[in-house]
Amino acid sequence: MTIVNAVLQGIFLGAFYAVLACGLSIMFGVMRIINLAHGDLAVLGAYATFVIVEQTGASALIAFVVSLPLMIVLGYVLQLTVLERSLKAGILTPLLATFGLSIVVQNLLQLAFSPDVRSLGGSAGTITTASWQVTSGLSVSALGLLVLLVAVLLFGGLQLFLSRTRVGWMMRATAEDADAAELVGIDSRAVYARATALAVATAALGGLFLGIRSVFDPVSGPTQLIFAFEAVVIGGMGSLRGTLLGGIALGVAQTVGAQIHPQFAVMAGHLLFLAVLIVRFGGARLRLRPV
Amino acid sequence: MQVQRWTRTSRWFGAAFCVLVVVLAFVPLVFDPDIVQKLTTLLILVLLAVMWNALAGYGGLLSVGQQAFIGIGAYGTVFFAGQGISPYPAMLLATVLAGAISLPISLFALRLRAAQFAIGMWVIAEVISIVVRLDQNLGAGTGISLIQLNQYEPNFRQAYTFWLALAFTVIFLAALFFLLRSPLGASLRAIRDDEDAARSLGVRVAARKRLLFVLAGLGCGAAGVLIVANTLFIEPTSIFSVQWSAYMIFMVLVGGLGTFEGPILGAILLFAIQTTFTQGGPWYLVGLGATAALFALLLPRGLWGVVEERLGLQLIAVGFRVVEKKPDA
Amino acid sequence: MSLLLEVSGLDCRYGLLQAVRGVSLEVAAGETVALIGANGAGKTTLLRAVAGAHRPHAGRVIFDRSDITRMPAHERVARGIALVPEGRRLFPSLTVEENLRVAAAGRRGRWNVRTVLEVFPLLQARRHMPAATLSGGEQQAVAIGRALMSNPRLLLLDEVSLGLAPVVVDAVYRSLADVIGEGATVVLVEQDLTRALKVAGRVICMLEGRVVLEGEAASLDRDHVVSAYFGLRRPA
Repeated sequence: MTIVNAVLQGIFLGAFYAVLACGLSIMFGVMRIINLAHGDLAVLGAYATFVIVEQTGASALIAFVVSLPLMIVLGYVLQLTVLERSLKAGILTPLLATFGLSIVVQNLLQLAFSPDVRSLGGSAGTITTASWQVTSGLSVSALGLLVLLVAVLLFGGLQLFLSRTRVGWMMRATAEDADAAELVGIDSRAVYARATALAVATAALGGLFLGIRSVFDPVSGPTQLIFAFEAVVIGGMGSLRGTLLGGIALGVAQTVGAQIHPQFAVMAGHLLFLAVLIVRFGGARLRLRPV
Repeated sequence: MQVQRWTRTSRWFGAAFCVLVVVLAFVPLVFDPDIVQKLTTLLILVLLAVMWNALAGYGGLLSVGQQAFIGIGAYGTVFFAGQGISPYPAMLLATVLAGAISLPISLFALRLRAAQFAIGMWVIAEVISIVVRLDQNLGAGTGISLIQLNQYEPNFRQAYTFWLALAFTVIFLAALFFLLRSPLGASLRAIRDDEDAARSLGVRVAARKRLLFVLAGLGCGAAGVLIVANTLFIEPTSIFSVQWSAYMIFMVLVGGLGTFEGPILGAILLFAIQTTFTQGGPWYLVGLGATAALFALLLPRGLWGVVEERLGLQLIAVGFRVVEKKPDA
Repeated sequence: MSLLLEVSGLDCRYGLLQAVRGVSLEVAAGETVALIGANGAGKTTLLRAVAGAHRPHAGRVIFDRSDITRMPAHERVARGIALVPEGRRLFPSLTVEENLRVAAAGRRGRWNVRTVLEVFPLLQARRHMPAATLSGGEQQAVAIGRALMSNPRLLLLDEVSLGLAPVVVDAVYRSLADVIGEGATVVLVEQDLTRALKVAGRVICMLEGRVVLEGEAASLDRDHVVSAYFGLRRPA
């Protein structure tokens, strides 16, 4: 029964990773870049919600709705100031620029909020603690279910958006051939900015869940980035549906790994990620002949 | 028209560099141990910057996980010393170990491109860090001292460490210098400029990259060895910290990605900044991150790139230059 | 007739390579102009510069009396310039209909999904298939239809017959004749000299980035065109 419970908890955890990874997947899908500050933006979103909770005493979920527009604006600004310029400069530049940005965000958060750990759990109401004991070894938490539901709605909604709406087609067209998209009247800069804004918004949602599920501090970002990237790679880069499944696979690997040894949880996820990379890009042969 | 390797400047600089090395060798005999320790730190930074540049600047491989090899070098030293091997031979062994581990890692890591490689290396560093943390004999999560070095008198210890740092730095700089000047150097520059074009011209891109990867593994391992020898204590969180990658990226981007001289300049700059802002702290890191991002966006060839472009200056003769000869009247 | 497009002193470079050298030309509303020349003569680059896909090094592009040299491509589409790019460049995962509808940018006019499908009836059955699954001729029809969706005042066609079977090329040109018959202004790049002379009112021949011959299609001597094409006789 413990293994069934571990898998179930893994699915809930994985749904959280999928939400975190969603924006990373969107930006890679549309612009072929990985934003190394993605995790830090999620944490920044959590702090934005945290500040509103502190100031107003509102529930974390309501505070999130207020902070969301700010994060969307931030996404636009990020695209127009940093990413747009880096896109034109080759494949390494976006990585270098966003890595620098990641350090900036982490340390600005340190300055603003001290290195103390924070949580949104206390301000999210009963959803944090409510759960149903199905059998003695199997419990379903309300929060886990909520995150899973939101993840499914988010990915389903995005899928519909991309396949049914003209704005979605414009995004796919730009992703497939930005030059040709411009020639049929699509403003690729606007599409990119929209994609980044969407990515930052979903990162903020990931940050909200991070804050409710557990705790965060100014340097939580890199870990979130690694988990999000692992989810994207496990699910297959460039596929949104894959990212949802990849996140869940990562979550299950971690909770099942924790059954073997508590310290093995994160390791199991890393190993799954590396195994997927080896299988996908495998066939490497060591040539012992000198170069 | 005529193709030159050495210019008058680079000849002079080559000679000056040799003199500098000899002068540096006398540093521990003249200066206080704390100055020697600081200069050891500078040499470590130079070594790290040059190795990261070898990967990114010449191989197009942006690694955010070189701390894996730094950690292997440092923990390898502690491990071998704990096995009863005398500390300095243990350091050499640990360096070789880092290089040896880089080989199997290269087998699959080099299949990855751009972000996959960058974060893939980061995850590998995390995995190695977790393995170290699980080992009680290596101090688990709390860290461990290189107590075997206490058998030496502090002044001598600091001097030995400095000489080792100097030797490592000179060896790795020379290795990269001769690599770039050899026939391989031309193919490495071709890969740097356009990987696909180089491949279509028959350059064995994978083999060349592997060479750089293992060189960087050895070099970062050596830096890890020097870090533990210089500070005598390590713990997994800091030695496997992604902060090392941040420093390397800063030094190389500011100094000049893909130039030979740039990373050395970047290392000197970072060293100067670190000695000036001894407090460190978030503002200092905000500055480093922002500067690195700005250089990536606005000055991708770094400060040295500007120097090269504006002055046509080349101190180290790794490239070729075309000299226009006036046609006879 | 009023002047629709005016290109003056246009220089286009790819790094050190100069693809277009000081080209000037004028196209009046309602004209059909064929741009001919050997491979590498700079025809594609010229069209791309007019469409905004290539930023020229020097010179000016004036469309309907306003200078659009610095205007991004998507804004030129809204002004009424559409390019059918070399190699078709459809969005492979989008269906035929999505490829068309994604290109409906602002300008109103006679072209919409229904009228495009009327001109290219072979697409009717393929309407909901991803563009990647179409044959070369079908893809070319979608590419032209996609350009028409913006109701352009100036239609630029880059080698629409490339890689297509002769029968298919005939069908494509028959549909194009309909479009031209509507009074559209067309500049087309065509390798097939006979076809170019037949469809166009005026011919511009380029060689090594320069315009070397220009004239009414009807009045041009074919041998004269051929020698300009290959650069056998340089104009004084």
